[in-house]
Amino acid sequence: MNFDNPDLAAVWLTVKLAALTTSILIVIGTPIAWWLAHTRSWWKGPAGALVALPIVLPPTVLGFYLLVAMGPDGPVGHFTRFLGLGLLPFTFWGLVVASVFYSLPFVVQPIQNAFEAVNERHAEAAATLRASPLDTFFTIVLPLAKPGYLTATVMGFAHTVGEFGVVLMIGGNIPDKTRVVSVQIYDQVEAMEYGRAHGLAAGMVIFSFLVLLGLYTLNPTGRRK
Amino acid sequence: MITRRFNYALLAGLVALGLPAISHADEVLVAVAANFTAPMKIIATAFEKATGHQAELSFGSTGKLYTQIRNGAPFDVLLAADDETPAKLVKEGLAVPASRFTYAIGALVLWSAKPGFVDNEGAVLKKGAFAHLALAAPKLAPYGAAAMETLSKIGLMSTLSPKFVQGENIAQAYQFVSTGNAELGFVALSQVYANGKLTSGSVWVVPTDLYHPIRQDAVILTRGKINPAARDLVKFLKSKQAQDVIRSYGYTL
Repeated sequence: MNFDNPDLAAVWLTVKLAALTTSILIVIGTPIAWWLAHTRSWWKGPAGALVALPIVLPPTVLGFYLLVAMGPDGPVGHFTRFLGLGLLPFTFWGLVVASVFYSLPFVVQPIQNAFEAVNERHAEAAATLRASPLDTFFTIVLPLAKPGYLTATVMGFAHTVGEFGVVLMIGGNIPDKTRVVSVQIYDQVEAMEYGRAHGLAAGMVIFSFLVLLGLYTLNPTGRRK
Repeated sequence: MITRRFNYALLAGLVALGLPAISHADEVLVAVAANFTAPMKIIATAFEKATGHQAELSFGSTGKLYTQIRNGAPFDVLLAADDETPAKLVKEGLAVPASRFTYAIGALVLWSAKPGFVDNEGAVLKKGAFAHLALAAPKLAPYGAAAMETLSKIGLMSTLSPKFVQGENIAQAYQFVSTGNAELGFVALSQVYANGKLTSGSVWVVPTDLYHPIRQDAVILTRGKINPAARDLVKFLKSKQAQDVIRSYGYTL
């Protein structure tokens, strides 16, 4: 979709980025969360810490390493070129990859908490009724973990919308490809176009508030996660 | 879980805030355009040694520094990448009129980290055998504006604009090219030039008839009016010692 209005174009791009990132994260986050919730392995600690890293790392660290790793001399850059995909920085897909890293803990942790809260006995009962593990997962565990998934989806989406530093470092500020709302606002403020910045910034405040309000109203347990 | 982590983060933040601020009697806070980063670091060290004052440097695009100054940033001196911004600040009553002077004239170059990629006539731009052309945000960075002017003059603006990747300032444009993520880009000569020669890669020094001369003006800001260190810094910038450093990075005076 193309918009003549650069602000609308930035909004659409941001929504597209957040929706894609969240979908990918739900798919890859589920097995990670499952493993973290059930493993007794020594690796649980290090793996959990690795997943949580983006919460504490400055976005500049992530942005810097991604730029170098995805560049022509970096390991990821070699790999993507080997696959014939070219290089990821300055592309929409580069932002998707970065956002998946950046929002990973916000999706994995709520799902992991939900899995941990599911009573093992329900699954065991299903197993005695000859349900396959996969069957048990989809008919027993998943419905019980629904509040966790709701929190994960909302937080993953909202956190990707709120992404800024990483995009600034690897995006290159290209309209319709990498110029997301947060970068557009930053540009407008830096250029003292306060009037235009207000429109988008106020929109972001209202959006974020409504998202969290919705989450807390629909899903009271989300608050504790 | 997240809430508990946030509490730790909050605690760490409060501890950091509680640390006593280090202050010096004669300290000058200098806002420096990103293209002048390398020479200014050397000049500041020499200035501190010569005068005993302390110079704190803050780098960014000229447009961004201007916005910060307009919003009360505590800078004493601005070293801009153009002559318009200091003039505007004087007109707005935010800078000392008599203190304004040109400390350097900058040169725009097309640069690639790869040796032999950029020819010395800029023909590489016409061939267009590259995916990304880096430049600094033209709205904020005078070197970015000069790059746009050059591209319109040689008639390549519309063909090349889909390949633009914009750095927030000229340092970021340089970083895009130096990491190889953009094959080439418009940067300041001072970023790729030291001691009279090119430091790496290949370069086209853009002829000065293709863009308005980048006259870089310095000005003492209203806040620095009564600061002796600010006055001394401006004096030091005009000294032969400082000017030699400035020239060694490819600026003219």
